[in-house]
Amino acid sequence: MKLKGGVIGLGKMGISHAAIVGTHPSVDLVAVCDTTSIVLDVFKKFSNIRLYHDYIKMFENENLDFVVIATPTRLHYPMVKYALNKKVNVLCEKPFCMNSIEGSELEQLAVKNGLINQVSYHNQFIGTFRELKRLIKSGVIGELVHFTGEAYGNVITDEKGGTWRSDPKEGGGCLFDYASHVINLVQEIIGRPVRANGTLRKKILSKGVDDAVYSMLTLENGLSGVLMVNWCDQTYRKMSTSLTIQGKKGKIICDATEIKIYLHEPQIREGLDKGWTIKYITDLAIPVNFYLRGEEYSAQIDHFIECIAQKKQTEINSFEQALYTDKVIEMIIKDSKLQNNG
Amino acid sequence: MDKVLFGDNQFFAVSHMSDEKSRQQAIRFKDDNSIINVLDQARCVGINTFMCTTHERISNICDHIRANKEKYEGYKIYPCMPYAHKFANAVTEYGYIGTIKKYIPGNLLGSFAKGGLAFVRKDFISLMELLVDAEMKMFKGIDTPVIFLQNVLVDLILGLKMITVFKEYDHYIRKRYNAEPGYITMNMPAMYDALSSVGINNPIICSSINKLGFRMSGGKEIYEKYLAEKQFRPIAMQVLAAGALKPKEAIEYLGKLPRIESVLFGASSRNHIQETKELIEKYMA
Repeated sequence: MKLKGGVIGLGKMGISHAAIVGTHPSVDLVAVCDTTSIVLDVFKKFSNIRLYHDYIKMFENENLDFVVIATPTRLHYPMVKYALNKKVNVLCEKPFCMNSIEGSELEQLAVKNGLINQVSYHNQFIGTFRELKRLIKSGVIGELVHFTGEAYGNVITDEKGGTWRSDPKEGGGCLFDYASHVINLVQEIIGRPVRANGTLRKKILSKGVDDAVYSMLTLENGLSGVLMVNWCDQTYRKMSTSLTIQGKKGKIICDATEIKIYLHEPQIREGLDKGWTIKYITDLAIPVNFYLRGEEYSAQIDHFIECIAQKKQTEINSFEQALYTDKVIEMIIKDSKLQNNG
Repeated sequence: MDKVLFGDNQFFAVSHMSDEKSRQQAIRFKDDNSIINVLDQARCVGINTFMCTTHERISNICDHIRANKEKYEGYKIYPCMPYAHKFANAVTEYGYIGTIKKYIPGNLLGSFAKGGLAFVRKDFISLMELLVDAEMKMFKGIDTPVIFLQNVLVDLILGLKMITVFKEYDHYIRKRYNAEPGYITMNMPAMYDALSSVGINNPIICSSINKLGFRMSGGKEIYEKYLAEKQFRPIAMQVLAAGALKPKEAIEYLGKLPRIESVLFGASSRNHIQETKELIEKYMA
């Protein structure tokens, strides 16, 4: 029997999730929900999927095994809560919630109800970042000294834009939208941040939200490093996320396409030479059955479906991990207020 | 179609292998003349088809071609629409309706027979036609015998199983532009099946085909099976697997798949262009 899935929110991410879910061999995408009539009209005309304006009606009418929630961040809390109470497994878009009080409640509810819970931090499913995590764990560059986590892109290109992403009450802004990805990577690959210092949140083109975030993070293992994120940098064609990690025995620079390793001495066990070794995504990408915009988007849904099928909670991007990212966002906001620029 | 089609990724900082290389490309191809020079070098070695996205800078290249008609006699462009990032970023920044307003010229929308945007909401086929026309505007007066839908849009429609959209596209491209519709996809076998299911026979499908199996969704074996058994006009792209394969090894592999009609590749230097073209002629004659 195929799993029955639904998608709430058909913006850029939701529609892409719907396409990927729709091609999964173990799934029937039975229902989608959105409040924008133009999108529902397209589905009505060209597909057989059942359509809803109201997510509560969708949960009441459909006997779903899982739901993908890709609405503005403010709506994650009520929707995820409703799904969990209906005993539906949830894949939620990032960032998880508007604050950690909401997130904690959802995380506990998911665990209490024994439901598979995952948040869409898709970088964790990019082959290069997985390889970076493995290499850091294996200690190839020795004791860590410093890190830089960066993301740049050109999402905001003029002062006129106005979707939910430029509204702080909806969970918009560069810190929530862009920086959350980098924080999550730092947290899962290097260590959990416990303190933010020297935070700068800068408005460049937006009026109500930050367009750039710079902050110094200290991790639970004592290591410190820098977060640098800007989403109105036109020198980038699309979002570019990278981590640079300096160790006593070398350095690694990693982004979605390549991982560059510099070692002071060779590492025979890893087959790494002294000096530079470059590994490419062509060798590291996770194979998928359907590709839309990147293997990682399919790989994360494949993983979520597999966890449901095996009734085994994910170790990648659980609510608990995403909740921690929300907590780091709170640390950064709190520090920026202290710095009197938030 | 010509055996060799010249691509445009290198001009617009698209590298599937390295963000650093992307930046170098962006610097090198800052001026339109630097693009035109490379296109001319490719023409010198006999490559007369340029397959390119509807990136805004392509309109400058089109101006140059129109202004030098004799020089570009017989030169063909295969447009690929839409330039995905342009639309994806616009949806993020302006929403769906805002994007439609931004990319359909006001006069086109305003003169729309039955009442502008309100009508567009219900008539998606007309909307699609308007968007195609808006993207095709820059190619006016240039020979565009094949017009492609880009992979992000193709694969989105494919995933959502809205297959009749392809049929409408197919119909419109033939009727309005007297051209052959083409489809770029990262999911070739599924796309072939989808097109067959709505009666589109012998379609032009451009997909990743390389010895490494890179970006060949579902695996290399099923691609090879479709290339051997199904009736369609395959174009191979990403043949070097984003640079992971050496040209000789890469093209030798394609030579074992005789149904491949054309190879799409891009390069920035005359030597690379010539080398790849000669390999294609040697192994895929």
